[in-house]
Amino acid sequence: MTTTTLAVLVPLLPFLGAAAGLLLGRTAPRFVRPLAVLPPLASLVLAALVAVRQGGDQAITAHTELTPTGSVPIELALHIDGFAALVAILVAFVAACVQIYSTGYLRDDPRYPSYAALVSLFTSAMLLVVYSGDLIVLLVGWEVMGICSYFLVGHYWETPEARAASLKAFLVTKLGDVPFLIGLFALATDAGSFRITRVLGAVASGNLHHPTVVALLLLAGVAGKSAQFPLHTWLPDAMAGPTPVSALIHAATMVAAGVYFVARLLPVFEASQAAMLVLAVMAAVTMVGSGLAALAQDDIKRVLAYSTIGQLGYMTGALAVGDRGAAVFHLLSHGAFKALLFLAAGVIIHAAGTNSLAAMSRMHGLRDRVPDAYWTMTVALLALAAIPPFSGFFSKESVLGAAEHVVDGHPDHAPCAAGWIVLVAGLLTALLTAAYATRLWLLAFRGRGAEAPDHGRQPLTMTVVLWVLAVPSLAFGGLAYRALPGWFDGRDLTPTLLTSILGTGLALVGGLLTYGAWQRTTQLAARVPLGAVAAHPEQDAGLVEAEAIATHAPAYGDIAYAPDPADPSRLLLGPLRRHAAVGFHLDAVYAALFVRPVQAGASLVRFLDREVVETYVQGAAGLPRLLGAAVRRAQTGNVQTYVSALLAGTVVLAVAVVLVATGA
Amino acid sequence: MHLAYPAVLSALLFCTGLYGVLARRNAILVLMSVELMLNAVNLNLVAFDVWLSRAARDTLHSGQALTLFTITIAAAEIGIGLAIVLAVYRNRGTSDIDKLRDTAEGPGTEGPGSSAAEKAEATA
Repeated sequence: MTTTTLAVLVPLLPFLGAAAGLLLGRTAPRFVRPLAVLPPLASLVLAALVAVRQGGDQAITAHTELTPTGSVPIELALHIDGFAALVAILVAFVAACVQIYSTGYLRDDPRYPSYAALVSLFTSAMLLVVYSGDLIVLLVGWEVMGICSYFLVGHYWETPEARAASLKAFLVTKLGDVPFLIGLFALATDAGSFRITRVLGAVASGNLHHPTVVALLLLAGVAGKSAQFPLHTWLPDAMAGPTPVSALIHAATMVAAGVYFVARLLPVFEASQAAMLVLAVMAAVTMVGSGLAALAQDDIKRVLAYSTIGQLGYMTGALAVGDRGAAVFHLLSHGAFKALLFLAAGVIIHAAGTNSLAAMSRMHGLRDRVPDAYWTMTVALLALAAIPPFSGFFSKESVLGAAEHVVDGHPDHAPCAAGWIVLVAGLLTALLTAAYATRLWLLAFRGRGAEAPDHGRQPLTMTVVLWVLAVPSLAFGGLAYRALPGWFDGRDLTPTLLTSILGTGLALVGGLLTYGAWQRTTQLAARVPLGAVAAHPEQDAGLVEAEAIATHAPAYGDIAYAPDPADPSRLLLGPLRRHAAVGFHLDAVYAALFVRPVQAGASLVRFLDREVVETYVQGAAGLPRLLGAAVRRAQTGNVQTYVSALLAGTVVLAVAVVLVATGA
Repeated sequence: MHLAYPAVLSALLFCTGLYGVLARRNAILVLMSVELMLNAVNLNLVAFDVWLSRAARDTLHSGQALTLFTITIAAAEIGIGLAIVLAVYRNRGTSDIDKLRDTAEGPGTEGPGSSAAEKAEATA
């Protein structure tokens, strides 16, 4: 088979799997699991084959125009360069892992068939985004991902949290997608084509007339999809979905789509210094803010969600300094270790029967209940905190190195200010990342108190996947940083000495500070009992998690916050903690700015409809009813009366005709 | 014979029939009055047919042909009418037209408008 055929099959197989899964889900439940697991695995093999054949050389392009569509042609186009080939492998890899994990995690779920089909559909859409060489085809995949995310976040739609979160995720990302669409149109109008190669050609020859406007419009969509400030608020709430969904969609792949898109069209953004600066500021605010917020979260998955936002901030930061190689490098390594973190968190939530770190910190021996999750999560947290031999270290240092490169006075395309912003924010975030990673680890695994509940052995499908994902989390960065420049732009990704020392040093400081704070506060834990545990040892993990999320707000008063005096973040953040826990009140600001005006408008419309329009309608009906009542009195039922009236009418008409005829 | 004689006769017949239809209370008498009116028309048709054929305006005798139609249809009509009257009499014990007022708008019925309004409020 030609490489093009293989590449077409990569997104097609999960799509067919999704269609078959949706059709056969009720009638043939035995086929649902193979249909869910095999297509991503096949896609993984094919994507690897495509990558091997592509080999980081000249991009593989192929295109066909289905039908003329009017002004700017829309083509089914493939564009596979080193970025696309590697990101596709990551997507297929994580999707396959998540599908296998889900067979254990949701083994008793009645809605598993539709769930698996939607995950497959999502995988297909993401692969389409990755491989597509046409912006409109890319947009199709982009939107399909959005709708899959909506359905999957709302998987437990019995709980109000999941319903609200799915709506919020959908609305916020769509809010970004509207300017994104306009930006795409503006871009294509200037370039005369939706093909990415032609667009980049037009940018290179200076045919882009309004680069700043286009770049900022596109950035809105990217911020929505990749959960960057100020459109990031949907991601922490999206944790109401099942953990595998969080791992695949809201950590490893979909949220990386925005970063990947910018990496593809980086020259468009580089054409505008203002856009790069906005990107840098966006990345910096996202990074630092999410680091602080992650430190104060009580829900283990929300910690990871804010951590995802922060790591995506690193990627956009790398893009803001014009180094897409570093951005995609971090995307790849982050995809692996963040998926692992989430999947391990799913195991921990199942074992502990709660998603609350405060409750876990009052449990003794949780790590002995789930040794696989303990060890793999330790690896993933070390990777997240960028401790040297782990993969996160290399990718994060490549980002910091890129920023330092710009600061040093090699501003190829990016403004020097962007370099400083990204560098300072990145170093600060390294400290925060290590702090919240340490806090998560200490609270989850070093708890003291009552024995952790026994929820039985975790299914093999779940624990094996953790170890599979632990391998790239451990070794990918170190093995790949020399080989990757050949696949990317050729820019060196080796960590530079200065940023390595600074970054690692800050990470160690963050970790030690948290450890010190924990040492002091953990004594309080025994004195303040806290925690609500959902104990269903015989149920599957998905149910336990849904219940844990649903009981968090009633138990602690808030979905993100727990008034736990034994939390080290109380010492570290001080009075800031209360605000960081709720994401610095951004949701409240949005509620005041958008939600309440819309609700007021809705009640006004309701009033106008009920009181004004309806009055007119009823008035319009009332007058004919009155007239009808008058006419009804003539209906005596006596036929002879009717005939008399008929006669009288005839006579009158006859007289009139005679009068007219005689001209009187 | 002058046209006026049959015309006046048919007018008289028609008026008699009309009076019977409007004033009689017995349904059978009403039917008979209808028959009178029909026959007045028949007379008119024949008379004018003769008059027109004499003036050579109409040589097809369409008036006579139409009269034959009317007679036939009148026979059928009176058959159905009498059958209805019989059925009504058997059901109600009377064939008095004044008492057959089922199609009248009753005092209790509000009409369909109010129930539709209630339904609209329930769905809103």
